[in-house]
Amino acid sequence: MSKKQRNIIALTSAMALTFGLASNVGAMHIMEGYLPGGYCIGWGILCLPFLAAGFMSINKKLKEHRNLITLLAMSGAFVFVISSLKIPSVTGSCSHMTGTGLGAILFGPSAVSILGLIVLVFQAILLAHGGLTTIGANTFSMAIAGPFVSYGIWVICKKANINKKVAVFLAATLGDLFTYCVTAVQMAMAHHADTTIGAAMGKFLLVFAPTQVPLAIIEGIITVLIVMGLETYAKPELRSIGFLKEAK
Amino acid sequence: MKKSVIVLILVIVLMAFIPLFALKDAEFGGSDDAGSQVVEEVDSGYEPWATPIFEQALGGELPGEVESLLFCIQTGIGVGIIAFVMGRFVERKKWTKDN
Repeated sequence: MSKKQRNIIALTSAMALTFGLASNVGAMHIMEGYLPGGYCIGWGILCLPFLAAGFMSINKKLKEHRNLITLLAMSGAFVFVISSLKIPSVTGSCSHMTGTGLGAILFGPSAVSILGLIVLVFQAILLAHGGLTTIGANTFSMAIAGPFVSYGIWVICKKANINKKVAVFLAATLGDLFTYCVTAVQMAMAHHADTTIGAAMGKFLLVFAPTQVPLAIIEGIITVLIVMGLETYAKPELRSIGFLKEAK
Repeated sequence: MKKSVIVLILVIVLMAFIPLFALKDAEFGGSDDAGSQVVEEVDSGYEPWATPIFEQALGGELPGEVESLLFCIQTGIGVGIIAFVMGRFVERKKWTKDN
């Protein structure tokens, strides 16, 4: 056995010990320590303008319509619930959904970045899931990139006069899926020492995407159900947020 | 309306549990576990340089049962808020005419 081979085996067994048990139940956030320092800081800085915009947007919305605090709490709680449920998928591994689609549709993508950040901090500190060093990258994929895609699809569908439920479904599903694609790209950018960046990206995508497809569909359906519930019981709030037209 | 809701919930449950029965040998580990294996493959020299803060404080692994407890707490907090708000909405609709 050459020295390199021994090293690899030592490293893998160390990793198996470290991650084998704890993150067996974990899912997709980039794990603590798995991005080099520069990337951690870079992604973190990239998030700042979105978080600032989100903070201001939430402030403004709440100032205009105090009653929206209930809907906001609900969108946040939705992310909390959805991202804690780890679901078995067709590829034989588990992953969890993001739950950011609902908030993106109701409050716009930048507001969701704040909600997502809260969840990610909670998970990083208490659940050893994701991590404090990788929080910038995770915030970017789950709380910024995903919601922006959701919101974009939602706006396009609205313009194209597509059925509202279909639009909600598409927005939530594709936003969820996109989150994982971004994660794959982030991982590939940091880790491609032994191969090209494209090959690495393909490999990471293959790990994340097929697992996520059924879950993304589930998330789409759940989001539609919640929106249906809100349309029945929370008409005043949906009107003040502009989700329903100021009818009557 | 009611029927479609029930059908949709059934679809969700089926989608979540069919893989469990269809793939009997699979481990159903986390996909980030698979992620770290890919890191190993494409960047074998890389060594994670930080460990989760909670595990550092514990000086070791977070026991699996405790982790599932913490995840349950997260779910519980979320469901609590949703149920509380939704309950208020439902009652409001019942007692007020204009909405």
